[in-house]
Amino acid sequence: MKSWIAFWNILAKDMRAYYLKPPNISWGIIFPLAWTGMFFIRSGGGLETVLALLPGVMTISILFGTTSMLAVTITFEKRSRSFERLLLAPISLELLMLAKTSGAILFGVVNAFVPVVIAAFLADLSGITWPLVVPAIILIGIVSTFLGLFIAVSVSEIFEAQTFSNFFRFPMIFLCGLFFPIMSLPVFIRPLSYILPITYGVDILHGAVNGEHIMSFALNFIILGAFCIVLFALSLRNIKRRWIV
Amino acid sequence: MPHTPSVIGATIEVSGLSKRYGEVLAVDDISFRVNKGELFGFLGPNGAGKTTTINMLTGLARLDTGTIRIGGIECTQNPKAAQHLIGVVPDESNLYPELTGFENLCFCAALYGMRKNERQTRARELLDTFGLTNAANRKFAGYSKGMKRKLTFAAGIIHQPPILFLDEPTTGIDVSSARQVRQIIAGLHRKGTTIFLTTHYIEEAERLCERIAFIVNGKIVRSDRTAELLQSVQGKNVLLLSISNSGANLTEEMNASFPQYQFQSTSSGQIQVESPEPVTVGPLTRFLEEREIQVIEARRYLPSLEDVFVQVTGIEAELMRKEKEKAGGEGNQ
Repeated sequence: MKSWIAFWNILAKDMRAYYLKPPNISWGIIFPLAWTGMFFIRSGGGLETVLALLPGVMTISILFGTTSMLAVTITFEKRSRSFERLLLAPISLELLMLAKTSGAILFGVVNAFVPVVIAAFLADLSGITWPLVVPAIILIGIVSTFLGLFIAVSVSEIFEAQTFSNFFRFPMIFLCGLFFPIMSLPVFIRPLSYILPITYGVDILHGAVNGEHIMSFALNFIILGAFCIVLFALSLRNIKRRWIV
Repeated sequence: MPHTPSVIGATIEVSGLSKRYGEVLAVDDISFRVNKGELFGFLGPNGAGKTTTINMLTGLARLDTGTIRIGGIECTQNPKAAQHLIGVVPDESNLYPELTGFENLCFCAALYGMRKNERQTRARELLDTFGLTNAANRKFAGYSKGMKRKLTFAAGIIHQPPILFLDEPTTGIDVSSARQVRQIIAGLHRKGTTIFLTTHYIEEAERLCERIAFIVNGKIVRSDRTAELLQSVQGKNVLLLSISNSGANLTEEMNASFPQYQFQSTSSGQIQVESPEPVTVGPLTRFLEEREIQVIEARRYLPSLEDVFVQVTGIEAELMRKEKEKAGGEGNQ
């Protein structure tokens, strides 16, 4: 019970101090809008292209929302030594890091639904398989957050976290099938797509929204889950090795 | 619920503790024990290994060798095991700048599983104790250095820990805040809290601590009860002579002329006279006047812990303080 009081308060503090601030809320709205507009105009199609773009836009909203904030909530707190307060608290490192990342996951999931709300005014969403979309969004949120966490705990400075994040994020836009099918990529690049976790989440979303997917849903979910576990475990290992020296 | 200090067997037991950072041996095979309810001082210059020791004891740093038991709990392998028993006031304020003073205290209380009503009551109580009630709703970022230090101290004791680690708690704060912090430390000690205090203010350690360990270059060079440490120097009679010229080149001649006394020149140009018997000033004054040196002042000096420190470590206490103050802000003694 005591650990959960700590968990909830870390989450609530982060939400209030970082995620519910106007710049972040606007980031969550403007960024997906800009990407939707850009690809919509680029496609040259009509409103029928909205559904084709939706999985990519949802994913990009989650990816950027989660990874950007972790550089602040983790790396900044480490720099300012306030993270030491958390390390001194009598809760396990696992629960502590889950508390620190839950805010980002929630922020990412909420971000994902901004383009959905916009799309609802432009297209018919009745054909979407929501029981697949919702868990996929949550898992993409978790895996993106843990990727951000892994980056944040592997560096010392905020600018390093931002730079390192971009090193992963921007290639993912093109490699993970968000807006261009993986099959249209050159053959020698395709293996890269399959080592990136987002590929599997986007595949589920494409299947649930447009009925087109490369792998089975079950396999996608299993691989995404495995990425979540591995990235979280690697992040904990890095914290123990680099921060508790 | 917070722990009541009196009901827990609160001790710190450290054996063969070592820590190396690359080529530097920060802590070198130290062993000590802090008894329940004791106020234990850990004194040493910058880089002696004080903070590294606290970090290892509290779980913020890994130890290379040795064992640690806190409150009877073996926590060498699992530093988390005893974290519910300890409070830590670090050497730098590390609260959240974007939260108010009140929010910071409530948040820290929540980290120890305290319920909402309980943590709010305790936060108000501590804000009052530290004279910060009027600043309770101001953001921590806007606090002065002294206020930040006091709130950081309050955050360290929010859960009423039976064992408290204080890392340089009065460094860089004004005289009245430092005095207030020392009174709070003494109050906690009276209530039975076991306190591990690192400080470079020797007078502070002398005034507060029951037992003191001197650490230099990662090694404990001496550890004893404060009264016993003082006894080793207080049997001496010491006289300080302020003279018109530097006494540096006179000490040899004076030692030869007055073999019953020991003469030393101090870093400030004074002559220090030591003797097991009371020192007679007249012959010394005449001796100096014959050499056209005027005695401006002759002052009897009561040896203190500072003298023990200098004797044990070979480090000038004044130099250590200046060095610290340069790094940590203004002094407060």
